[in-house]
Amino acid sequence: MADGIPSVTDDGDRRAPPTSQRSEQPVVRPVPPSTLPGKRLFIPATAPLKLDCGAALGPLTIAYQTYGRLNADRSNAIMVCHALSGDQFVAETHPVTGKPGWWELTVGPGLPLDTERYFIICANVLGGCMGTTGPAEINPDTGKPWGLSFPVITVADMVRAQKLLIDHLEIEQLFCVTGGSMGAMQVLQWATAYPDRVFSAVPIAGAARHSAQNIAFHEVGRQAIIADPEWCGGDYQLHGKRPERGLAVARMAAHITYLSETALHRKFGRSLQNRERLSYGFDADFQVESYLRHQGSAFVDRFDANSYLYITRAMDYFDLAAEHGGILANAFRTARARFCVISFTSDWLFPTPESRAVVHALNAVAANVSFVEIRSDKGHDAFLLEEPEFHATLTGFLNGAAEHRRLRP
Amino acid sequence: MNASPEPRPRTAIRVDLQVIADLIQPNARVLDVGCGDGALLDFLVHFKQVDGRGIELSQAGVNACVSQGLSVIQGDADTDLKDYPSDAFDVVILSQTLQATFEPRGVLSDLVRIGRRAVVSFPNFGVWHIRLKLLAQGRMPVTDSLDIAWYETPNIHLCTITDFVELCDDLGIVIEQGMVLDATGRPRALRAPGFFANLLGEQGLFILRRRS
Repeated sequence: MADGIPSVTDDGDRRAPPTSQRSEQPVVRPVPPSTLPGKRLFIPATAPLKLDCGAALGPLTIAYQTYGRLNADRSNAIMVCHALSGDQFVAETHPVTGKPGWWELTVGPGLPLDTERYFIICANVLGGCMGTTGPAEINPDTGKPWGLSFPVITVADMVRAQKLLIDHLEIEQLFCVTGGSMGAMQVLQWATAYPDRVFSAVPIAGAARHSAQNIAFHEVGRQAIIADPEWCGGDYQLHGKRPERGLAVARMAAHITYLSETALHRKFGRSLQNRERLSYGFDADFQVESYLRHQGSAFVDRFDANSYLYITRAMDYFDLAAEHGGILANAFRTARARFCVISFTSDWLFPTPESRAVVHALNAVAANVSFVEIRSDKGHDAFLLEEPEFHATLTGFLNGAAEHRRLRP
Repeated sequence: MNASPEPRPRTAIRVDLQVIADLIQPNARVLDVGCGDGALLDFLVHFKQVDGRGIELSQAGVNACVSQGLSVIQGDADTDLKDYPSDAFDVVILSQTLQATFEPRGVLSDLVRIGRRAVVSFPNFGVWHIRLKLLAQGRMPVTDSLDIAWYETPNIHLCTITDFVELCDDLGIVIEQGMVLDATGRPRALRAPGFFANLLGEQGLFILRRRS
């Protein structure tokens, strides 16, 4: 499924070793990211990435996946930017969880991001834990895991790393950059930082800045991790431990923000979990509790706690207007892409007014913009789910953009 | 940076929209305010190669537009025109929408600010059969073009051609060209503004600009 292109085969496909071999390794993390399958771009120490915090990071690994084929004039590439807890395994069985890719409903043959027509690229973000350099990786200078000595990264840094990948793939201009949630932040960053490299931009369920409420939720998650004694001041890998409870609680709290009251009620109501009556105790009496506990424990199998700290911090720091004199429209003054901004009615984490603020700023510079609010009761996560109107919009917008880009159908 | 899309077979659009389309220069930058399902915008993009954008209030309309590849935002003439910079477009179109806005004065002023020209069409409440209905029956007229009862209609600011011309004058807006359309949407050979235009026109259609 992950078709490469001839010029980038030097990255090599790294297949995961057999499970039996893995289980004999010390249990520091369930799957060492360096053994995950997929493509890698290695940036040497001689060409470090300059970060917003002032540090220079190198050497650097970028783990990525591609789907479909790059056409002859390299004009059909779509960069998919993943969200906080996402990764590069967009449209294939996840190598750790064995579950379908997080955007399999959107990316694939005949789907809105049609792999028969477009070349889809998704890279694990900088600071992530699925193969791209992050706090769980070994710091080559010390021979030990980075932990909290990893530099604080920003959304702009993530996009800088992705641009290195696009340069490496010799793609002059991406046909589209898209993504939901934190992915939408990266989309806006791409369109404003590299206006010539982006033909169209589709930020979904996102915002031009992280709101106080969202920073607050992230802080709850981070404090849950930090309060876990197994976190060991960030050095849990050195101690052969994992702050699983803290990370699970962080995920549980965050997961609530991805849903809506209506969706939770429809799915669980006040139904009890495997019991007839209340236990008068603190077991998971309610299905919704059991569901959240499951979400938490499943998450720790595939995510690194320090990565969670770093990536949530990057989102908190994101404020596109602040970098442009406090006026969001100024950020878009040089943007040349065709934009399609999409929000969902029941998303209270990145509510429609956040998207509308982006649209107003784009209008203020008379940019080419479409804006659709999709009626859905599924909350923030609607962008990952079966939403026919959302998919029709995305397909239509991309078709229109492809027509202007003169991509063959 | 955006090349024109590929040509495609010509399809018919509503007659009154065709009249508006004929007024638009090829390759112009066009904003269609209240673009509905995008019929006019789609025509302009494909047959006049305009750089076209739209604003539409109804979610169904916006989704239909974006799904066919048009650049349309969900928004409102009353609130969303303010964001655009002056002279952002060569032409701003407001077709059959003025009567449904909360503040027609503000909307008209914004139209001629953000567009070097504005094309505005609206149902003429001064047409003879509406006058006759009101006079003879003493009730709010319900007609083919205004077919919703008074308590449900979104058309809250109906006007006659004479009223419209007076408002333009008040706002310092220059009428470059005026015409009236008949019930089928075809232009009538009447000079607008004028007594007979106001009496016989089903729709008024005006090209406006701000006084320089």
